[in-house]
Amino acid sequence: MAKTPVTFTLNDAETALFVDPGANLNEVLRRGAGDLTTKHGCGQGTCGACTVLIDGVPHLSCLTLAETVERRRIDTAGGLAGGPNLHALQTAFMEGFAAQCGFCTAGMLMAAKGLLDANPNPTRDEVAEAISGNLCRCTGYEPIIDAILTAAARMQGRAV
Amino acid sequence: MSSIEFRKDLFADERDDTLKEIGKPTIRQDILGHVTGRTPFYDDHQFEGMLHMRAVRSPHHHAQIRSIDTSAAENMPGVRRVATAKDVPVNLNTLLSLINFGRDDEPLCAHDKVRYMGETVAWVIADTERQARDACAAVRVDYSVLPHVLDVEEAIAPSAPVVNEVYPNNTFDYHEKYDHQKLRFGDVNAAFAKADHVIEAEYQMSPIEQAPIETCGAIAAPETNDRFVCHTNTQALFFSLGTTAKLLDMASSRLHFIGGTAGGGFGGKVDSIVEPTAVLGAVLTGRPVRFAWDREEEMQVGAPRGGERWRIKDGVMADGRIVAREFTGFFDSGAYMRLSPYAIVKCTGHLPGPYSIPNVASNVYCVVTNRTPATAMRGFGITAADFAIECHMDRVAEAVGMNPVELRILNAYRDGDMKAHRRLAKNTALIECCQVAAGKAKWAISTDAAAQSSKVGGGGERAAIPESVTDEEGRIGTRRAGQTQGAAPATNSTGRVAAGTAGAATSGAPVQNSDMEIDAERIGHRMGSTPVSAPPVAPSPPVAPTPQAPAPNPAASVPTPPATPTPPPASEPYQPEKPFSRGVNRPGASRFTSGFRRR
Amino acid sequence: MLSVETFPTLQEAAGAVGPRAKFLGGGTLVMRAVSYGDQSFEKIVRAKTVDRAIGSHAAGLRVGAGATMADVLAARDLEFLHPVARAIGGPAIRNMATVGGNLFAPNPYGDFAAALLALDASVEMADGRTMPLADLLATRDHVTGLVAGVVFQRPESSAFRFRKISRVKPKGVPVISIAVHLKRGDPRVVFGNMAPVPARSVGAERALANGSDGAAIDAACAACLEGLAPEDDALATEWYRREVAPIHLRRLLEDGGQI
Ligand SMILES: Cc1cc2nc3c(=O)[nH]c(=O)nc-3n(C[C@H](O)[C@H](O)[C@H](O)COP(=O)(O)OP(=O)(O)OC[C@H]3O[C@@H](n4cnc5c(N)ncnc54)[C@H](O)[C@@H]3O)c2cc1C
Ligand code: FES
Ligand code: FES
Repeated sequence: MAKTPVTFTLNDAETALFVDPGANLNEVLRRGAGDLTTKHGCGQGTCGACTVLIDGVPHLSCLTLAETVERRRIDTAGGLAGGPNLHALQTAFMEGFAAQCGFCTAGMLMAAKGLLDANPNPTRDEVAEAISGNLCRCTGYEPIIDAILTAAARMQGRAV
Repeated sequence: MSSIEFRKDLFADERDDTLKEIGKPTIRQDILGHVTGRTPFYDDHQFEGMLHMRAVRSPHHHAQIRSIDTSAAENMPGVRRVATAKDVPVNLNTLLSLINFGRDDEPLCAHDKVRYMGETVAWVIADTERQARDACAAVRVDYSVLPHVLDVEEAIAPSAPVVNEVYPNNTFDYHEKYDHQKLRFGDVNAAFAKADHVIEAEYQMSPIEQAPIETCGAIAAPETNDRFVCHTNTQALFFSLGTTAKLLDMASSRLHFIGGTAGGGFGGKVDSIVEPTAVLGAVLTGRPVRFAWDREEEMQVGAPRGGERWRIKDGVMADGRIVAREFTGFFDSGAYMRLSPYAIVKCTGHLPGPYSIPNVASNVYCVVTNRTPATAMRGFGITAADFAIECHMDRVAEAVGMNPVELRILNAYRDGDMKAHRRLAKNTALIECCQVAAGKAKWAISTDAAAQSSKVGGGGERAAIPESVTDEEGRIGTRRAGQTQGAAPATNSTGRVAAGTAGAATSGAPVQNSDMEIDAERIGHRMGSTPVSAPPVAPSPPVAPTPQAPAPNPAASVPTPPATPTPPPASEPYQPEKPFSRGVNRPGASRFTSGFRRR
Repeated sequence: MLSVETFPTLQEAAGAVGPRAKFLGGGTLVMRAVSYGDQSFEKIVRAKTVDRAIGSHAAGLRVGAGATMADVLAARDLEFLHPVARAIGGPAIRNMATVGGNLFAPNPYGDFAAALLALDASVEMADGRTMPLADLLATRDHVTGLVAGVVFQRPESSAFRFRKISRVKPKGVPVISIAVHLKRGDPRVVFGNMAPVPARSVGAERALANGSDGAAIDAACAACLEGLAPEDDALATEWYRREVAPIHLRRLLEDGGQI
């Protein structure tokens, strides 16, 4: 099978891979680049578990043709923590019980990061809108929205 | 912030309030893995050279398989193996055979005919998922389409097509006697005759998919020493292991199952299909094999909470007291029996809901149709019945012109009341629940209703088992022969059971290993004089905690085996003739044991 | 076996599409088909340069076929189309889904196409041809070539209204969608999901030709199903769509599309 080379930056690391024709970014990240932090729940855009940032903007990796990310930057949940230091979103999710089974969490975090990077002081409605493409079957959305707002406040140095 | 309010003022004397975790905010022990994306779900186990397995699925609800031509698929790029029913060593199982419940009725891969849309007819194992999909599309199956039935009541009509030959009446056989599960308590027809209102209605609940965000899947790989490892997201790890051992005719000691991490389940991950399939793939290819449902498969062939239809008929006095309640229920089990027959037993023990009603009758049918097989989902066996009951309570309140919350408080069960399945109600809390809910919703209730308590007013007369009428309607096979009156509990009784009769109790087996005994001291709430851990010595109705299937027709359905458990002979350890045959049908062993282990 | 062909420009890519070769826009529908093993095509055709430009044009406004819903939302000139773009998918979908792809999105999708049809948009093809959007929609399953952009005129303020009826909020797939352009004498009423492709309601348009007072709205609702043929799908039956379409049209005409 003729493979296509593709190079991109994955969480600060230069990555070069050969991908199968038609392969989507989700399978390439997981099985090719070995970044298992991005999940796969539907392969059809409906669940959001596979959300990654491409050049800082939320995309669904399952619907992204892998070779279209040539020379672009991909951020996944695997790159959220800075070494041993968790991102404010991660601590807020932990403390706020914003996950149960955890399968939606990586996608939720990336959708939330996409939002906070563009809009550091979102309203509750804006947070709900930002995660409206991410399904969670366990937790209920309220604790997730609360956690994102908490993280936003802390990142801005505001009291929660 | 979402807030939980603990009403510790209620039932304070029934609770040991020195708990350190319950009621306090806590950080999940697995949450660090979740927020860093490092929680190892089954699909996060990577294997060198892993192959991908996909199923070829039936496009028909019901069809004869004339032939399967796999030759084109076998020659497609990347294809390692095409497998069909003949590759499955023991291609017939029922999920609960491991606890000796029900008859083997379901193949892992269809061979003679398909009984629901999406049923597996073959598999392809290939290097990539896309290659497996392409090859699946190239498998040619020659079907001859059969008439199908998708409605529970059409399925029990004499003219309905037989869906599953193992159950030729399209119903599960209860107690080797009836085509439905009976419950009889008192005499509903006599009570209907005296009631001021008789209120009847029908309720229908559609199948509901559990829809976990992670779909069902498993990865199996050959391990050293002729074993196979299987990473799975099952909710029932040892069930899956046992089922795999049985279907693949393999010693369970050769299977190394790793699970415990599921991306949601809600009951949809108990059916043990992906594990035997993935292990079969690994056996056939000698390579690691991943078998995962995509979202469409999860929705189409993933077993849902089955559809249910309920008809409820209540006899009600002008003051709102419900004096009789009759149920006719139909569970749509789909093409095979998985957990539905068992769910009905549990459901029947729950009727007539959390209310004390002196006359109750119920017929519940577990019906085979050409739909996707049904399985467990949250509130196993209870949810749809409760939906129907609570809708009906509102309807009754409207008919008698009463506040619906007060109607519930008036009819609520209380501690010490006899339930229709002949066990005493304890730790009841419906009244308090209604009172608190009414307060939260700012829904006014009378001072009298607000003063009621679950702990007062129960028992006494309400603890008595009434004289009950019985009938012999619905013996297995009579419905198909056109010899039954209808599906509802019969109006012409043929027998009476004296008041106070609780039926012969079927005891749970005594605890065999003292490690399995629950120390009463370690249970968080205070208990009555008979701790649950004590093995019942003899049936002592009505108070003894005797785990039993509802014995609704005490006179007619006396179980055959001795009621007093005989202790296991200490000297002869159990010797299976084949690995893992314990749960498989054995000559002489009942296929129906109410789910409790028998020896 | 699946292959991908990448061309420098849309014009070159247009030459490579055909019955078994699909053009990749944002990929929200094409990639799902690829991953789910769609056997109807075996080649994915891409263009390296994507026209995402949004701007004014001799005939009004022009939107490049490669503009995403997020691009539309970022364009101040297109504020009347913001409610339409915002109603499509979730945020990540909107970052990917293109205007060009929406013209080919089968039912139940095609919200943006319905809105453009109500604006009497015309379509600019990669080879320079132009055609009314209605003609493209009628033949979209066997159209040759690729769409380069869409051109339409800015509606008078508040003359354009859009309403999407879905079961899940805020990001459900539409049961039906309605776009109305109340042009004096020549109004447009377009339904999505009431026919195989977004379609004009000739009955409602006739009734609204002389204004949109109470009587005209009554007449429009009574006649709005004329010529439409909705279908059953997993979201709703054909019967349900017929029942609710006039009700939602009335709400849109009476209260201006607020949901
Ligand atoms: C979860 C989810 C929710 C969605 N919700 C909505 C919704 O609410 N409303 C709605 O309308 N849609 C919805 N969609 C459908 C879809 O995302 C949109 O219709 C989108 O606009 C399609 O554009 P695309 O660029 O992604 O198309 P693609 O997937 O790239 O292509 C779709 C089709 O259009 C063709 N095509 C693309 N560009 C061109 C071109 N320039 N010239 C000719 N042909 C072209 C392709 O060949 C293909 O046949 C949803 C999809 C998903 C997955
Ligand atoms: S896996 Fe990509 S949206 Fe569900
Ligand atoms: S925590 Fe299970 S899906 Fe969100």
